[in-house]
Amino acid sequence: MYKKDRFDKLNKALIYVMLFFFSIVSLLPLYWVFSTSMQLSSYEGPEMERPVSYVDSNPPKMYPMGFELYFEHWGDAREAKKAGNLEEAQYHREQMDHIVDNTFSSFVALFQKHDIGKWFFNSFYIAVVVTFGILLLDSMAGYVLAKKRFPGRNIIFWVIISTMMIPGQVTLVPMFIMIRDLGIMDTHWALILPDLSMVFGVFLMRQYMYSIPDELLEASKIDGASEWKTFWTVVLPLAKPGLAALGIFTFMNVWNSFLWPIIVLNNADLYTLPVGLKTLQDANLASFKLLMSGAAIAAIPMIIVFLIFQRYFVKGLTLGGVKE
Amino acid sequence: MEGNKALASTAARDRDLKPPKKPSYNHKRSVWREMKKNYASYLFLLPKLTLFTLFIAFPVVWALVLSFQQYQVNGSFFIGLDNYIAVFQSDAFMEALENTALFTAVTVPFNIISSLVVASLIFPLGKLSQNFFRSAFYLPTVTSMVIIAMVWRWMYNYDFGLFNHILGWFGIEAVNWLGQSSTALWALIIMQCLIPFGVGIIMYLASMGAISNTLYEAATIDGAGAIKKWFYITIPLLKPTTLYLVLLSTIGSFQVFTQIIMMTGGGPDNATETLVHLIYKTGFRDFEFGLAAAQSVVLFLIILVFSVIQFRMLRHDE
Repeated sequence: MYKKDRFDKLNKALIYVMLFFFSIVSLLPLYWVFSTSMQLSSYEGPEMERPVSYVDSNPPKMYPMGFELYFEHWGDAREAKKAGNLEEAQYHREQMDHIVDNTFSSFVALFQKHDIGKWFFNSFYIAVVVTFGILLLDSMAGYVLAKKRFPGRNIIFWVIISTMMIPGQVTLVPMFIMIRDLGIMDTHWALILPDLSMVFGVFLMRQYMYSIPDELLEASKIDGASEWKTFWTVVLPLAKPGLAALGIFTFMNVWNSFLWPIIVLNNADLYTLPVGLKTLQDANLASFKLLMSGAAIAAIPMIIVFLIFQRYFVKGLTLGGVKE
Repeated sequence: MEGNKALASTAARDRDLKPPKKPSYNHKRSVWREMKKNYASYLFLLPKLTLFTLFIAFPVVWALVLSFQQYQVNGSFFIGLDNYIAVFQSDAFMEALENTALFTAVTVPFNIISSLVVASLIFPLGKLSQNFFRSAFYLPTVTSMVIIAMVWRWMYNYDFGLFNHILGWFGIEAVNWLGQSSTALWALIIMQCLIPFGVGIIMYLASMGAISNTLYEAATIDGAGAIKKWFYITIPLLKPTTLYLVLLSTIGSFQVFTQIIMMTGGGPDNATETLVHLIYKTGFRDFEFGLAAAQSVVLFLIILVFSVIQFRMLRHDE
C-alpha cells in the first residue's frame, strides 16, 4: 500500500512535468508574439559605439530586453544620485525614458502611421453586427424547426444541413461575381451579408431548442401571447446558454475570417485586422517588431473573450459536435 | 368474426388513446390550410431562408454551372468537361493535391493522437489544474491563423529565427526552413503538429467525463493497470468522438490556406501549393473563373468522399 502510494505520487509528478512541457510548446508562439512586440529595437548603452537592435539579434533574446535594462539603469541612477553624481543620474534617467519609448514604439507607430485603429474598429463592428444578426436569425429559424410542425419543415431543414458539408471555397467564385454585380464589392456589405447566411447556427439552435419544454410554450399560447411574444419572452430567455455559445463562436469566426475579406476588400480604410496584417507583412517595409505588435493587438481581444467566456466555448463545442 | 371484432375494438381504443392524427398532406387544400395556419413559422424562417438561398444555395448551384462554362463578362458559354480535363492535366493541380494529401495524412493522425494523449493526462487532475491546462491548450485555437502564421514565419527565419537558435544549442547547422523546396512543406507540417488541436482536447475531455466509472472499477478488480484500462476501455469507448474529430480535421486540413498565403505563397517551386491556395490563385490572380470553379468542385468531391466513408463507419459502429 505504502509503495503504491509513492508510485502514484511519482506518476502524478510525471504527468505534471509532461503537461507543463506540452503547454510551453503550445504557448511559445503566442509568447513570442508579445515578447518580440516589446523587444528593444534601438538601444545605445554606455559602452556601445552605435545603437543595437535586439529584435533581430543573433542569438535571439528570449524576453524583452527593455525590462532588464530599465531596472539596470534605475539601479545605476539611484547609486549615482547617492554618490552625488547628478550628471550621471540624469543620463540614466534619460536612458530609462528612451527604453520605455522604444519598448512600446511600434504600438504607437501602428496607431499613428498605420491605420490599425481603423482596422480594429472595422473588425470589431462587423463581428458585433454579424454576431447579433446571426443570434436573432438562427434562433428564430432553429426555434420553428425544432418546435413547430408545418408543411416543408423537414425538407427545409435537410437542404440547409446538407450545405454544411460543402466547403466554403466552392462558392468563392460565384459569390465574387454576385457581389460585383450587386455593386457592393469593396464595401462591408460584402462581408456582412455572406456571414449572416452561415447555417451552422441554425443546426446548433435547433438542437438547443429541443430542450425547451413544450408545456411552457403552450402555457404562453393559452395566455394569449402572439407567436413573436412567445418567442421573445419565453423561448429566448430559456435559450441563453445556447445563444452565448453560438455568439462566441460566431464572433471568433468573423473576427478571424481571412480568405473572403482579402478577396473583396481593396480599400485600406475598409480593411479588417487580418487583412491589414497581411498587407503590413506584404509591404516588407515593416520590421518584425511592428508585425508582432500588430499581431498582438489582433490577438488580445480573442484572448480576453476566451478567458471570460471559457465555459461557453466548451459548451458550444460539445453541443455542436455530439450527435444524438 | 372474432378476429374482426378484436381488430375493431383495438382500432377504437387506438382512436381514444392516440394523440390527434398527424395531418396528412394528401389533399392540396389541406396542405394549403396547414400552411395558412402556420404562416407565423414561415415568417420566422423567412429572413434566414432568404439569405441562405441568395448567398449559399444559389452560389453552390452556380459554381456547378460555372465549372462547365468558359466565363465571360458578356455571356459565358458551355464548354462541356474542358475545365475538368484541364484541372486533371495541369501539373500544378496534381502537385497541390499531393501536397494537401501529404499534409493531411501526417497532421490529422498526429493531431488526433496527441490530443487524446493530452486529454487523458489532463482528465484525472483536479478541477483547477484541468481548467488551467485546458486553457493553455485551447488558447492557440482562438487566435487567428494569420497571427500564428506570422509568428511561425518569424520563428522559422533563417538568420534570426528561434528554431535555428534552438538547433544551435545541439550543434545542428541552421536550416533554411521555408526557403527551400525540400523542407518548406515539412516545416508547415511540423507547425501544424505543434499547434495543439484544442477542439480535440476539449471534445475528448467531455466524452471521457461521460464514460461510467463502474467500468474502470470492474477492470481494477480484475487487476488491469492504468495502461491496459486506457487501451481496452477508454479508447474503444471514445471511438465515436474519434471518428467525428477525424472527419472534422480531415475536412479542415484539406482546406489549408492561411498558412500558405502568409508564409510561403505556395513556393518555392510549388512545393507548398495546396488546393485552396491554387483555387485562390486561379480565381483571383488569373481570373480563370470556370477553371477555379471546377477545381473547387473537385475539392468538394474529395471532401464528400471522406465524409461519406467516415459517416458510414460511424453508423456501422452504432
